[in-house]
Order: sequence, then C-alpha cells, then structure tokens
Amino acid sequence: MIRRVLAALLLAAAAPVAAQTYAITGGTVALGDGSEPMPGGTVVIRDGRIAAAGPGVRVPADAQVIDATGKWVTPGIVGGFTRLGLSEVDLSADGSNDTSSNGPFSAAIDVVPSVNPLASTIAVNRADGVTRALVAPATGKNIFAGQGAVIDTGADMDAITAARRFQFVELGESGADTAGGSRSAAHVLFRNALREAAELRRFAAPISASRGELPDERERPIIRDPNESRVLGPNARRSEDVLLTRFDAAALVPVLQGRQYLLVHVERASDILQVLSLKREFPSLKIVLVGASEGWTVADRIARAGVPVIASAVNDLPASFEQLAATQSNVGRMRSAGVEVSIGMIDNDDTRNIFNQRQYAGNLVALQRVPGAAGVSWGEALAMITSRPAQAVGLGGDIGSLAPGRRGDVVIWSGDPLEGSSAAEQVFIDGVRQPLETHQTRLRDRYRHLPRRDLPEAYRR
Amino acid sequence: MKAGGIAGAALALFALSGCAVMEAKPKPAPPIRINEDPYPSTYQRYPGALTVIRHATVFDGEGRQVNDGTLVFGDGQIVAIGGPELASPAGAVEIDGTGKYVTPGIIDVHSHLGDYPSPGTQSLSDGNEATAPARPEVWAEHSVWPQDPGFSRALMNGGVTTLQILPGSANLFGGRSVTVKNVPARTAQGMKFPGAPYGLKMACGENPKRVYGSKGNMPQTRMGNIALTRATWIKAQAYKRKWDKYERAGGDMPERDLAMDTLRGVLAGKILVHNHCYRADEMANMIDMSHEFGYKINTFHHAVESYKIADILAREGICSAMWADWYGFKMESYDGIKENIPFVHNAGACAIVHSDDPNGIQRLNQEAAKALADGIRAGVPNLSEATAWVWLSRNPAYALGILDKTGTLKAGKMADVVLWNGNPFSDYTRPERVWIDGALMYDANDPTRRPVSDFELGQPGEGDVK
Repeated sequence: MIRRVLAALLLAAAAPVAAQTYAITGGTVALGDGSEPMPGGTVVIRDGRIAAAGPGVRVPADAQVIDATGKWVTPGIVGGFTRLGLSEVDLSADGSNDTSSNGPFSAAIDVVPSVNPLASTIAVNRADGVTRALVAPATGKNIFAGQGAVIDTGADMDAITAARRFQFVELGESGADTAGGSRSAAHVLFRNALREAAELRRFAAPISASRGELPDERERPIIRDPNESRVLGPNARRSEDVLLTRFDAAALVPVLQGRQYLLVHVERASDILQVLSLKREFPSLKIVLVGASEGWTVADRIARAGVPVIASAVNDLPASFEQLAATQSNVGRMRSAGVEVSIGMIDNDDTRNIFNQRQYAGNLVALQRVPGAAGVSWGEALAMITSRPAQAVGLGGDIGSLAPGRRGDVVIWSGDPLEGSSAAEQVFIDGVRQPLETHQTRLRDRYRHLPRRDLPEAYRR
Repeated sequence: MKAGGIAGAALALFALSGCAVMEAKPKPAPPIRINEDPYPSTYQRYPGALTVIRHATVFDGEGRQVNDGTLVFGDGQIVAIGGPELASPAGAVEIDGTGKYVTPGIIDVHSHLGDYPSPGTQSLSDGNEATAPARPEVWAEHSVWPQDPGFSRALMNGGVTTLQILPGSANLFGGRSVTVKNVPARTAQGMKFPGAPYGLKMACGENPKRVYGSKGNMPQTRMGNIALTRATWIKAQAYKRKWDKYERAGGDMPERDLAMDTLRGVLAGKILVHNHCYRADEMANMIDMSHEFGYKINTFHHAVESYKIADILAREGICSAMWADWYGFKMESYDGIKENIPFVHNAGACAIVHSDDPNGIQRLNQEAAKALADGIRAGVPNLSEATAWVWLSRNPAYALGILDKTGTLKAGKMADVVLWNGNPFSDYTRPERVWIDGALMYDANDPTRRPVSDFELGQPGEGDVK
C-alpha cells in the first residue's frame, strides 16, 4: 500500500501520463530488427504496445499525433550487459553500490532487491534513450555472481521486466582468480556446482509420492523461484559432500534444466572453446557468451554451437593476456561468421554509461570504411543495441524492436541515433511518455549563467 | 658536509698560493650549474615527402574552417594553408581530399599510456608512487614503457600525435609529467617532445585522502590534503631561496633534493602545474594556494565542476581538461554535466577534451562532438565544429607549453596533421592518414604504415587492424 502510494506520488511528480494511443509520424523509422532505416515512417503505440511501424501505416483516429519530421524514431536502446540501477556512486560511497557481494551466497543472489528504480544512473540513461537493460550482479567470493534481471528505465517504481532471467558466471581470468588461481579450478568448481544442483533434484523428496513407488518425473522439483522451492523444505535431504549452500545449489537447478539462461564471461579463444564444450556435458544449458574479445579467432565454432555473444564493441587493446587478439573488428567478423552478436558494457562503466552503446554501434558502422577491418551495416548495428540483446535472453518477442506486439519502448531522436551528437528528444516506455529531466539537467540549468544575483545559486530551481 | 669539504680545500689553495690577504674574505666558489635536462629528448623526426592536400575541409585548430582547403607541408613543417588558389610547390605529392577533412593532430593532455600500459598487469603498473603523499621527485618518463600497444591505437584510431603522460593521482604531488610525440621508439627519450616544458602532477580531493587515510596516515581529509600541500610548498620556498642565492653568489653548494628541485622549477615558472581536481570548491582552494605561494596553475584535470566557476577560471587564465559525459563514478564526479566543456568555453576560459583512458584516447574527436552538440542544444552561442577543434589541439598545446611548436596548422609549425575519411565530428569517421613532423606514421590503406609494438610480435592478431 505504502509502495503504491509512493509510486503514485512519484508518478505525479515525474508526470508521465498513462499509456494512450500515439502516432509518431514523418520520422525516419528504424525497426531495430537489422533492417535499414525508412524515411517518412509512422509508429503507432496503443495500450502500451507497438501496434504498427513503418511507411504507409494508417494513423488511428483516436491517436495523439506526434510530428517527428526531420527526426529519427527507433526502439529504445537495450543495455546488453550492464549493472544499471545497482550503484549510485561506484567508489568510496558506502552503501550506494550494490554490484557485488562478499557474503556467503553466490548463485542464489538475486539482483532484484538491489535495483533502485530511482537511481540517478537510470534517469541519466533514460534521458539518453536507454529503455531496458540486462542487469547482472558481479562476482564476490565465488565464480557464480547470481541471477540477473531485465529491467526498464521508466520513471516509476516497477523496474523489473523479467526477474531471474539469467545466471552469471565468470570462467576466464577473473573466474580463475576467484576459484583459487587457475582456470582448471574454476571449471571444476563449475562442474561441481552443477553436480550439486543435479543431486539436489535427486535427493529432494517429492511431496505426494507414496512410499515404494518410483517418483513421477512430473513431480520432480521444478524450481520457478529458488527462494520458494520444495528442495528447501523440511523433508529435503542432501549429500554431505557439498561446497555450495543449499540455496546456491537450488538456484542452479533452473540453469541445469535450461530454464534459465547462463551468461558466461570469457575473453580468450581457448576459454570460449572450453565453454562451448560444456554443452556436450550439460546439453540443456542455454549459454550466452559475454565478452569474447578473441571470439573472431574461433567465430565459426561459436556459430556452429548456436551460442549468442554479448560482446564489447570496440575493445582493441591487449588489456590482459586473455585479450591479446582484441580488435574492433571482432564483432563484425563474428557476425559475418553467423554468430548472433549484441553489444554490452562489459567492465566498461557498466553501472552508468550505457548510453555509450549507441556511439560504439556507430563506430562499428565506421569500420566498414576502414580497409582490412570488419564493420556492420547501420541496421545491424542498431539491432545489436536493441533486439539482439533481448533475443540473447529469449525476450526478442517482447522488447527491442518496433514489431507489432512489442512493448511500446520508442525513442524520438534529434538525428541519427548512432551519432553521439544526436539526443533523445522523447522517450516512451511501455507506451508511457517519460520525463527526461535528471540531476545533471537541473545542474545545467542552475549554472547556465554565472553572474551574481540577489540570492545564491541554491535558490535557483 | 661534502660542500663544506670543498670550501675547505679552496681555503687551503689560497694559503698555498700566498695571495691570501689577512682581512679579505675568501672569494666564494662559483656556483656549479645543475643540469636541468639530464634525460634529454633523443627524438628525431622521420623523413617525409613534400605534400599537398587539396579539396579538403580544413579545421586549422585556431577556430577557422577552410572549405575546399589546401594544406602544404614539407621538411617536417607546415608550409602553407589556404583555399584552392594555393599553388603546389614543384615536386610535391598531391592528395585529393575531396569529401575528407584535415585537422591538426589531436593532443591529449592527460594520458597514462606507458606508465599504466596494456597488458594491465601488476608488474607493469607504474603510475602511482603511492608510498608518500608528496612525491614530486618521481618522473613519469622513468615509468613509460615505450612498447605499450596503446600508443598505436591512439595514433591509428584517435589521430593523436602528441600526449602528456602523467603520474597517477594517489599523491598530492604525483611527480613530473612528460610530453611525448606519438612516434614509436626504443626508449622513452626517443619519444620525448623536444623542447616541451615539464609538468607537475598535483591532486586534490578523494584519491590522496583515500589512499593515505586508509593506511591511517595523513592526509585523511580534505583539510589534511591542503595542509600537507601547503607545508610542502613552504619547504619548497625555503629550498628555492637557498638555491637561488647559491646560483647567484656561489659558495657552499646546498644539499640537493630531487623533490624540491621539481617544486623550485614550478615556483620559477619553468614547470607547469597540472592539477587533478574535480570539485569547484576545491579548485578555488587550490587557486588561493597558488596565490599564497606564488605559482601558476596551468590546468585543472578532470574538472567536472568547472562549469560552476567558469568565470573564475577565465579570470585566472586556467585551462580545464574535461570529459564529455563522465559522471558519478565517485562522489567528486557526482555533479558532472554534459555541457561542462561548452559552458567553460562560453565563459571565455580555456576548454580541453582529455581522455585519462587508453580507450577514450581513441575517440577524443567523438567526445568533442558530443560536447559540441550538447552545448549547441543548451543554447551556447557561437559554437561550431571549427571552434570545437580548438579543444582538441590548440588549447591542449597551450596547456603543455608547446603552442609555438604544434597544435594549429600555422606555417612554420610542426606538420602534425590528420587526414580524416569524413567529418571527424561523426562516429562514422576514422583517420585515413596521420603525419607527425611531416612523416607519414599511419595510412589506413597501407598495412606497412601500421606500428606493431614489440609486445604484439608473434602474438594472436599481430599487425591486424585494431
């Protein structure tokens, strides 16, 4: 109740109007599905969803028409791999940073309670056209960081689009370090964790199975929410040969069963191949590679495995020994090999500068004109920051494009959104027009003119 | 003690020669001159052809744009800049710049390439001598690893021809900086920009107090920062008086102190102060301190709150080196705004786009593009692409004390030139060729004009486009 009242107050304060029917006309429309932009298109948003988009779309009689002539219209940007909403200030600001935990739990960690819909970082990115993001926890003492969510950046208190959408694990240099110093240690920890999850299923007592009967397969514990699972109930038993807490093991059951995506951060070519080979051992895993700076060297094998990649767009430094082959052509080369690639902010101001994704996407377009480099088309570059990251975690049918039925996440840009110089002028999330004011825009307005006035700056609001 | 010994020996000499007059004081020994450049630049420009670029859009770095412009350079220098009427000298290589842009090379006033190189291993992390809060005795050039692969990325993707490499900001006095040409060399001396003055890295704010406060040492607070910095300047003043007197009058040579040598250089106006400082109120404190001790702050680096005191900075003649849109990564950057650079420029103060980052240094032109667009949207008057280029080359050259040598396309200056394959204020544009002192150091169409560091030889991706 309090929450609802608070939300209502916030809504009133921020003043986004309730979802209504909009027709955005006359703009250059890009769908976000990889197709090229179309001039003179119309986008219709109805009941919070995309009703139609493209040239020749009829404007419904009841629609509020927004003239976007000279503007660009696209789906909202989707943060491919972020920690958006988890940290207000990253360094030396006690309590404001919830990106990682050194507590006793790992895989069981759910990022949802850490997401603050009112974080200034969310507002700043919303104001720059970022409407959704994959939000991952960071690792603490274990290679498993916990369960990530997909969020929206709307100016309301309901930020979670999909809770516990994926588990995040480190299996490269960072994972090796956490596991005790070697990749072998990380891999055995990983295998052991999945073994413990599997055993948990075996030991969990089916609730209604009679004594002596074989447990019905349908009554095996299906863990929708690990926090409410019967494997944690009073009858649950377990082997004594375990490393994980019961909570953590339970959280890995959906991963093992392929009902929760497994995002794996690796950079080095050999690490990528090790991860791909996990699919042979655990065929149900729904693996998504994160990082993959050396992916281009083994791109055909990633493509053959059908594993999507959320990559850093423009990493080109041998910043560590797992990225010696880093090049900005990585994304373009993986894409040509048939890999599904999207762009994320891996270890790159991932709590706050998600808006840089569109600049990076523009840089990938630029590579088309650099001899010897591999870039991507404009339409593909936009897809890599809209529909592709959504598809990587199975939400392509819901967010990331202007296809009919998708959520009404639409941005009207002052110009080509892949140019950093363009700005988001209007942002809709679930069909609701969003406020674009931020702490920063307020400071800008306060200090726009410096000459001394009758009262101090603190009175200028 | 040693100096006393020498003086004693001199007295003995007088006695032996029999010229000593009873009443007369012995003539003091003439001062020994200390070598102020013991690690001199050995940089030599590479050969280049007499070159003419025609039909390009030219930003001269001083705020002017020349459409259908012509640029002539040879013998390492800019020869002439003009329109289509400008004649080509005999024997010049002609380049058609139609649809392309020509600019001065970008200058980054804030880099840690070489002292925090790639790979970022502990064994190569040489940017912070975080063993005491005042370490003006260390020189960044002695940490610079010339094989850092980052230099080549800054050249090929960023069009960066000159950069200042600074010590880190753990210390109140971080040490001397070094300005280098972005030309690969076997030694740091081989990259050093000939004739560039030294800089002194200073820092205020969170970093020094965090690093030392967490060890239970001073400084633990901002007031501790200021007190310790002032106390150090007081020592430096005394040192300067002693040495000035010695250099004037000779006599007993005072003991040399490397740390104080650097600070004396600042007080004498020979070494430029580059002050890491985020918050407006802290910048004001540092400005007062500079008045108290009689030195000049050349540039505030990471100055995310310069927009709050841009009028003061203009009056003081202090440059601000800024990011386009970084904010909130720590408390002192919480009030970062996207209009900082254009607001500082609009107040008549010196604005600079800087990187502090081996990735950011590859896209400084794009950072300027964002700042320019944000400024125009906020209604800042008289902004243009040609004006914004001043933030990328002219102002940084001024801040580094090398504006007489580079930073603009003026006849007689070093031919540090970038030919871009389109408008450099677009994300779709890349350097096509980069010349440093008239030598072609990068050509996108010629894989043999692509530097590959020792570190990358024989490794995956050697010689690849980056």
